[in-house]
Amino acid sequence: MAKTIKEINEKIKKGKAVVVTASEMIDILEQKGSQAAAAEVDVVTTGTFGPMCSSGAYFNTGHTSPKIKFGGGRVTLNNIEAYTGFAAVDICIGASAVSYDDPKNKVYPGEFNYGGGHVIEDLVAGKDIELKADAYGTDCYPGKELKTKININDINEAVLFNPRNCYQNYNIAVNLSDKIIYTYMGALKPNLGNANYCSAGQLSPLLNDPYYKTIGIGTKIFLGGGIGYVSWWGTQHNPTVKRNDLGIPLTPAGTIAVTGDLKQMESKWLRGTSMLGYGPTLTVGIGIPIPILNEEIAQYTAIRDKDISAAIVDYGTAYPKGINESIGRATYAELRSGTIKISGKEVPTGSLSSYSKAVEIADTLKQWIEKGEFLLTESVASLPGAESDYKLRSFKVKE
Amino acid sequence: MYAKKIVLHFPHSLVNKPILHKLSRDYELEFNILRASITPDEEGLLVLELKGDEPDYKNALEYLKKEGVKVQTLAQDVIMDEEKCTHCGVCVPMCPVLAFHVEPETKKVIFIQDECIACGVCVDICPMNAMEVKI
Ligand code: SF4
Ligand code: SF4
Repeated sequence: MAKTIKEINEKIKKGKAVVVTASEMIDILEQKGSQAAAAEVDVVTTGTFGPMCSSGAYFNTGHTSPKIKFGGGRVTLNNIEAYTGFAAVDICIGASAVSYDDPKNKVYPGEFNYGGGHVIEDLVAGKDIELKADAYGTDCYPGKELKTKININDINEAVLFNPRNCYQNYNIAVNLSDKIIYTYMGALKPNLGNANYCSAGQLSPLLNDPYYKTIGIGTKIFLGGGIGYVSWWGTQHNPTVKRNDLGIPLTPAGTIAVTGDLKQMESKWLRGTSMLGYGPTLTVGIGIPIPILNEEIAQYTAIRDKDISAAIVDYGTAYPKGINESIGRATYAELRSGTIKISGKEVPTGSLSSYSKAVEIADTLKQWIEKGEFLLTESVASLPGAESDYKLRSFKVKE
Repeated sequence: MYAKKIVLHFPHSLVNKPILHKLSRDYELEFNILRASITPDEEGLLVLELKGDEPDYKNALEYLKKEGVKVQTLAQDVIMDEEKCTHCGVCVPMCPVLAFHVEPETKKVIFIQDECIACGVCVDICPMNAMEVKI
């Protein structure tokens, strides 16, 4: 009894769609079986809220009088470097951008209390952002210097554009060396002092649609508290890695690029983040609805933490050297228990991605759909899939 | 009778010295070990309640400092800013005294202030800057 997205949208408009979160779907499937679950449930909502470094935003500030061309010059926003290589007044800022004056890791480990991710959070919160610009001046854009404040409500466009979000599964980071290290996976204590992980597990969008059967280019999503779209596959998309019987990749696999109007987002779901000794980033809230078109998709959305396992990787030596090997595996059920066993040692676990916020996102999206405020979209093109020949390459440095 | 709670940070080289024994023998202080652990950078950490005469207590502190032990009195409070905390949980395994608990049902991170010894680790590592030292 297959359904179409069009039929589901008709039900949503009438307020009759059955919408559940991915964690609720687990129980439904267990109690009723996949056939009945597929017939009953129309949409499953997913969610994730974790640091996603490959995030950024672009703005068009509007033109001043006299005009100035930022392109080719230099712009800072709250002292953080922005990118000016697009025309006159389009500027771009990445979550990992740091101020030139920041001591960075010269005072080790660097604090990175304010960076690109924080600028994005402050802008979305409606705070004034200080803009400083140096330009070289042209006949048509004579301005050479500008120091002013911009506000999200006054500029033309403000668009979140994230080249890589929502990693489908991720490493568990540990440190086998004998001194503490500071990574994008958090501080890692020496000699297996802790094991950090970063995925919403059974609530994570791409783990609930492991073969990208419904999530594709054009899919409408919850993005930063507002509405966004999957705009492309993400950078480092790697769909052809090994998978388990349920289709769950054993190592980091698919990713998506997402975009949306920042003006309708909330700073609560776009949080500037400081990774000690590593740098600033942005914690992004994403929720993706999965239309239950058939029994197979129903089964995918009932994935449980105990069915998802991740590779344990040593960030003390192997990772920085680019050695691709894991020292073991653990499931998300084990990770969430608080400790995992590695080489006979009980290692306490820490999560970078917030499960309770992921639940809140999946619940919010569920409410939007139930109220008829959010309709599903048909994707316009698929992401490169597990059967494709799409692969992640490493960088072979030429002599 | 003079009683104080203090935190002692031992550098690696001192971990095996009989320092506590001296506190009771030479300074006649009574001590109560509230907590003992090893911090991420492998420094020893002891939370003690010391009782005795005030001059003895002061001399004992001098002795500890001379030995290279960092002494911290528990006058500071660390607080969690509930607005900023996202309940990620990355602080949980970092706290030397396990002052963060994960609520099993909701997976929310609960900060038990009574257990905190104000070591400052979470203040440094919290990616959301949600942990603050209040003096
Ligand atoms: S690391 Fe910070 S944000 Fe995360 S749970 Fe701990 S206090 Fe909250
Ligand atoms: S300051 Fe933070 S890490 Fe240190 S004891 Fe208190 S809660 Fe634990």
